[in-house]
Parts: sequence; C-alpha cells; structure tokens
Amino acid sequence: MTYSKRFDGRKFDELRETEAKVGVIKRADGSAMFRIGKTMAYAAVYGPRNLYPKFLQNPLKGILRVNYSMMPFSGSGERVRPGPNRRAREISLVIEKAIVPVLDLGEFPNSVIDVFIELPQTDAGTRCAGICAASMALADAGLAMTDLVSAVSVGRVDDKVVVDLCYDEEAYPDGPVADVPIAMLPNSGKISLLQMDGEISNEQFVKALKMGEVACKKIYEVQKAALKNKYKSTGDEE
Amino acid sequence: MTAKQARQHIVKLLNKTARLDGRGLTEYRKPITIEYNISKSAEGSARVQIGETIVLAGVKMELGEPYPDTPDSGGLMVGAELLPLSNPDFESGPPGIQAIEISRVVDRAIRESKAIDVTKLCIKKGELCWTVSIDICTLNDAGNLFDAAALAALAALKNARMPARDGKKIDYKNLTDEKLPIQRLPISITVCKIADKFLVDPITEEEEVIDARLTVAIMENGEICAMQKGGDIALTLAEIEQMIGIAAEKTKELRSVLDEA
Repeated sequence: MTYSKRFDGRKFDELRETEAKVGVIKRADGSAMFRIGKTMAYAAVYGPRNLYPKFLQNPLKGILRVNYSMMPFSGSGERVRPGPNRRAREISLVIEKAIVPVLDLGEFPNSVIDVFIELPQTDAGTRCAGICAASMALADAGLAMTDLVSAVSVGRVDDKVVVDLCYDEEAYPDGPVADVPIAMLPNSGKISLLQMDGEISNEQFVKALKMGEVACKKIYEVQKAALKNKYKSTGDEE
Repeated sequence: MTAKQARQHIVKLLNKTARLDGRGLTEYRKPITIEYNISKSAEGSARVQIGETIVLAGVKMELGEPYPDTPDSGGLMVGAELLPLSNPDFESGPPGIQAIEISRVVDRAIRESKAIDVTKLCIKKGELCWTVSIDICTLNDAGNLFDAAALAALAALKNARMPARDGKKIDYKNLTDEKLPIQRLPISITVCKIADKFLVDPITEEEEVIDARLTVAIMENGEICAMQKGGDIALTLAEIEQMIGIAAEKTKELRSVLDEA
C-alpha cells in the first residue's frame, strides 16, 4: 500500500492555505485570527490583570492561563457540547506550555495573563492553529516576547511523511498514521510543543521534524506579515 | 469617572437628544452586516456585526426521537455562549444567567413565531426526527448582544442546508440543497430606557446605566411573537406602548439587512 496522492492534492511538504489577522477583537488587549485550510482559531488576550481568588496569586511572577475551546457548531460531525472537557483541558495545558517560554512573567507578579482560544470551524490541527493565533495575540497586546511561536502538525500517512495533516489524513483507513503536533520558537529553533500519537519509525520521525521546521518558518512569515500589516494600516490612516 | 458621573453625563446628553457616539436615540450603529457560511463545519452559520459588536451563530442538525407529547414534530434548541474572549468581564464556565436569558429570549422568538415548521422535521412519527441546534457565540461584546444574537440565529437558520441521511445515519460531509422549512423570520429589537428617554442599540457604556429594557420580536405581518422586559425599574403602560412602537419601527431596518444579505 502506498499513499501516493494527498486527499486535497497538496505536495507532501505543503501547508494548507493560511490566513492571519491581528486586532480582530476590539474589547481584548490583544487578539488574532489564524486560519489554516478549514481550521480557524481566534485568540484574545486579557491582561496582565489582577488574579482572583487571591490565593492563586504568585508574588514572584505572573501566571499564564490558556483556555482552549471549540464552538458548539465547529465539529465536522455532531454538535460539540460547550464547556470544558478532558480533551479541551489537556490541550489548554499544552498550549500554555508551548507559549510560556517566550514570555517574561517575572514582570507581572500577582497578575494573570488570560489567553482565550475559540474555534468556529475545524479540520484537524486545532491546537497548532490555536498556538499560532495566541502568540500573535500576545504580540498584539504589546507584551515583551523573546520570540513568536509557530506551530504545525507533521506526521506520517502510510508510507509518506507529511506536513499539516487534515482530518481525512488523520483518519486514513488503509495504513498506519502518526500525528505529531509541534510548536517552534522560530528564532532559536527550539521546540515548545511536542505530542505524538500513532505509529512512526525513528527515521520517519526525524524526517517529519525537519519538514516541520521548514513549515514553521513559513508560518512565522505569515504571522509576522499580519502583525506588521496592522501597524501599516493604522499608520496610513493617521 | 464614577458610575454615577458616567450616568449623569449620558443622561445630560440624552436630554439634548445626543449620545456618546453621536447617534440619534433610535438609530442603530452602522454598518449592520451579515456574512453567511462563516463555519464550514456547521450546516448553517452566520456572523453578524452591529458597530463593533460581533456575534457568530451556527446550526447543527442531529437525528433523534420526537418528544412523547409532540410525536410528529422535530426538535429545536437555542444555546448562547458569552465567550470570555469577547468581554473582559465574562468568565469561563457553564452559562451564567446573562447567557441563559439571551438564549431563552432568542429561542422564544423563533419557537413562538413558528419560524421553522417543526412538523416538517419529523421523519417517522414518534420514532425519528431532526433536531436543530442553534448555538450563538459572542466574539466581541460592544453592546446590544440581544439584538445581534437574535439576528445571527435567524441568519444561520436561513443559511442552513440539510445534511444527507441514510436511515438513522447522517453524512455530515454531504449537505443537500434542501433548506430548513422556514416560515417566518421574527426580528428582535431591544428598546432601552435611561432616565425618561428611550433608545436602541446601546453601546457598553450605555448598557451599564440602563434603567429598563424591553425586547420585542416582531413578525413580517407586524404581530408580536415574544417579549422580555429587563432592568430594575418598572414601566408604565404608556411607556411600554411607546417602546413597542419604537421596536415596530426599527424592525423594518434590521429586516431589510436580513433580506438583502
């Protein structure tokens, strides 16, 4: 068996079409939208703001709190029950760990930075889209960051190593599949999110990571362009 | 500025028939826009923007058993999520009383106007029917979520297509050309009272000092199908009459947006 042609006709190292925009939610201190194929994430940042109840406060450093959630109509099948579930809570946790390395929380003792991620439509890769949107929203909020965070899933579908799996590929019925979501700090090249499920050989995994690195750099350019674009347009208006 | 000063300022402006953002008292923010099919995952969806307020709504279809007391009708459900990403004061967690009120007021307008012919959602009497779930999610709360939510729900219903079905199995990937059996589109308008003045489409600062509000849902024939009075101040009969009059006038404007979009 061989996976000779991707369901949507992409090359094996090709990302789906991406779109990014910042400042999409006016009430938030920072916000962004990131879309990759049919997966779309909004992120809003509130804070640094006071953290209550008070016993949660840390006098030495601020707290980053991420909340990932799918809108009830965003699943490809049945309606998703709103509210936190085990999956959403775990994803919130790993997203938090993926973006915390670029922030200096020592600047904000006793405070919290809230990041809310919401997905109106999904087709796999939601945690990666969420991370891309969240890191842009943090930058839009004007927080000091050592880097952006760019994320994509890589993996293996049957005999091929691929980048940016869509839902049909994750659910490929005729051969083994591995899904490896990664997040990268593009300037240092370090990895801040790494999960994997499925079956993959060591060689395939190393190859997938290398392809992921290239893909993350492409996403990084999209994120940067969106951030610059916001200030370009406000500059023109004045 | 204290809450009291903010209120005094808004009332002073209203007495000169002026508002914080320069609008007339019964003038909606512009533009009011509806964008359809904003979620490819849903069977129908829409994004409504009134000024800076943005609300998304999506429709999901499921198969179920009709309720024993309505064996020849399908089901209808409206949910509202006041997402914490849309307003710094909204918290994560199960829907609070504000979200519950919005979802129930939107639900009532749709249900009581018989906006959807639920008998057409019945596939086999007493055994199998479609259930339509409308979920409303706020993206940016800059005031007047009630009217934006109601409009988004209607737009998502208008946009919905029935998914293909094989017996009791739904093929969500294949939407047919068949639309929902929509009979009416009730438009909801919320009229607010601050001091002795009436206004529509409040922004956040105005919402914070509202004495009373009345949401009125009106059908194409001009008849009212749902109402909800809110706020801490009681209203006189004459005031209610006046507020319904303003609502009836304003429905035309929102209806034209829904019709043309």
